Amino acid sequence: MKHFRLGQQEIVFAVFAALFLAFSIFLKGFLTADNMLTLLQNVAVLGILGLAMAVVVIGRGIDLSLIAALAVPGGLVLQMVQNGHSLPASLLAAGLLAVAIGLVNGWLIAYAEVPPLFATLATGLFVAGLGQAALFQLDVVQWSDGMAGFERLGQGSILGIPTSIVMFAIAAIAVFVLLRQTRWGAFIYAVGDNPFAARVTGIPSRPIVVLQYVLAAVIGCFAGLVMAASVNSMPTRIFNSTMIYDVILVVVLGGIGLSGGRGGVVNVIIGTLLIGTMLNGMTILDIPYAGQNLIKGVVLLIAVITDTILNPRNEETAQQGDI
Amino acid sequence: MRTHSLALGSLVAVTLAAAAAPALAQQGLDEPFQKTFREALAGKTVAYVPVAMNFDLTEGWYAGLKKELEPYGVKFEIRDPNWNTNAGAQAVTSLISEKPAVMVIHNPDVQTYAKLLQRAENEGIYVIQINMGSAYRSSAFVGANWIEIGERQTEGVVKACQGKSNKIAIIQGALSAAASAYTLKGVENVLAKHPEIKVVSSQAADWDAAKAKAITQTVLKQNPDLCGIVGFWDGMDIGTAAAIKEAGLTGKVFLATSGGGERKGACELVKNGSFDLNMSYDVPTQAAQMAGTIKWLLSSGVKAGSVKGFEYSTLIPITKENADSQTSCWNLSDLKK
Repeated sequence: MKHFRLGQQEIVFAVFAALFLAFSIFLKGFLTADNMLTLLQNVAVLGILGLAMAVVVIGRGIDLSLIAALAVPGGLVLQMVQNGHSLPASLLAAGLLAVAIGLVNGWLIAYAEVPPLFATLATGLFVAGLGQAALFQLDVVQWSDGMAGFERLGQGSILGIPTSIVMFAIAAIAVFVLLRQTRWGAFIYAVGDNPFAARVTGIPSRPIVVLQYVLAAVIGCFAGLVMAASVNSMPTRIFNSTMIYDVILVVVLGGIGLSGGRGGVVNVIIGTLLIGTMLNGMTILDIPYAGQNLIKGVVLLIAVITDTILNPRNEETAQQGDI
Repeated sequence: MRTHSLALGSLVAVTLAAAAAPALAQQGLDEPFQKTFREALAGKTVAYVPVAMNFDLTEGWYAGLKKELEPYGVKFEIRDPNWNTNAGAQAVTSLISEKPAVMVIHNPDVQTYAKLLQRAENEGIYVIQINMGSAYRSSAFVGANWIEIGERQTEGVVKACQGKSNKIAIIQGALSAAASAYTLKGVENVLAKHPEIKVVSSQAADWDAAKAKAITQTVLKQNPDLCGIVGFWDGMDIGTAAAIKEAGLTGKVFLATSGGGERKGACELVKNGSFDLNMSYDVPTQAAQMAGTIKWLLSSGVKAGSVKGFEYSTLIPITKENADSQTSCWNLSDLKK
């Protein structure tokens, strides 16, 4: 008989279920179809970013430039259209920029062997600086007439479901298929699990690492477009916010270990749901900002401590190198 | 004979006077003060530390100050902390040792720079604080009266709520910022007089449009009969407006906000119905007031820290009625020319 072990994924799911149940019982207006959709809508962009980060973390990396990949290509589209370029041309330019960010990250990490933490920290700063210094006139890039119609990517609904949730679902399915149904996906897991073994077995591990970062940047760019369409502008200053921690939180909390090779799309969805439920419940309760941070911190600590008690570290797991 | 010589004498006098008058007019009069004024300004350094560049307010102040000061030979320097309070404190500290004549400071909160600004004035540097003041009162404060903004926005919302649900929401900025805390005080002042108004949500969105949108979406789902929202900055309330629009409640939920009055960020958004009221503190006028204060301080020779004054901006309420007017808003691109 297989011994059932309570992993972080199950713990986080249990925390989510407990919170959800408590809010449903005690919080008037929480358990309504409308509110459930709002809950998901509010974390859709975070969820898409979580998918991007998951691809990289599964491959034993981390991408701190993700918020720059969200803000700068997205802002570039709005700025170019504002300056009179056509929407397709602007989208193409943004796509190329995202691919370029991913290629530079991947090259630095796979070929120049710079640790991912430092490589992506530097490229993120560089890209955000490039945006501010050379691409945008103002931090918040405004929507212009040439963008008409494009706001449907983040506003309105398809068959009653808000578009941003549909976009999250599309991204989740695409990443799921890529990770679980294609050879490239299997290679990403192999490289993440043990890069040396992967190389010995003939997997092109360096190109796979480059691929991870390109995927992350492109998914990040997509999240940026959904976000811009949703708020009718691109607040590029978001690079300076703490959003990157929220993204890492979604991924790690969902149960994708930073040591690589484990987890998948389901983990991102669970992590996103937990964060979404907490934020939504606290907004309905009208808990002040400081109180919200306090509660978020306590819930996270409980999840991490429970995991540590149930799954104590041994020499092997310790050496795998959590960040 | 006597009458004759008298007549001759007066003729000579008239002729002489006539000849002398143009000569006097051609000489001109030296205005005794302009040289001192020019000397007081030429070569002086004015350093500007905003919370960050690249948004309408700080770009507007920068362009306005540059335009007013540089023709007089003032060196105008900028230190951009890019939203990083630490970097800002470092910039102020290093400026104190460089000793510019004037520092123009935009505080991220009431405490961080307070001691530093006092030190700067002790070192003989005039300090002008803009829009968001610190706990230290320096030579001059030029900026919006946030309490008044909060009061007038809330009055607008309360009026729009008459005969409706009387439920309102408040979207605050960053809790540590003076602008946010003072505006909230203004909101409370008005609400104290209107016990019928019920605040269903009062949350901080951290000056972030995406957060403002998320909060507003949740609040509107819980309270579809909401009649008004008091937002704390138009740059952030683009998100609040997007949530109202998405819920199909544009025109039903009255959104009051405030900002610098830049055309794209204010008048255009009032015209398309995103905002119902935008209290503008009119950045170009603020910049002109700052420049005036700098010129006065430099030419007066008063000791730094010995005078302390306030110049609160006269607010322009932008609504559908005046959003089309040429004077309600300003264009950043024009100001930069």
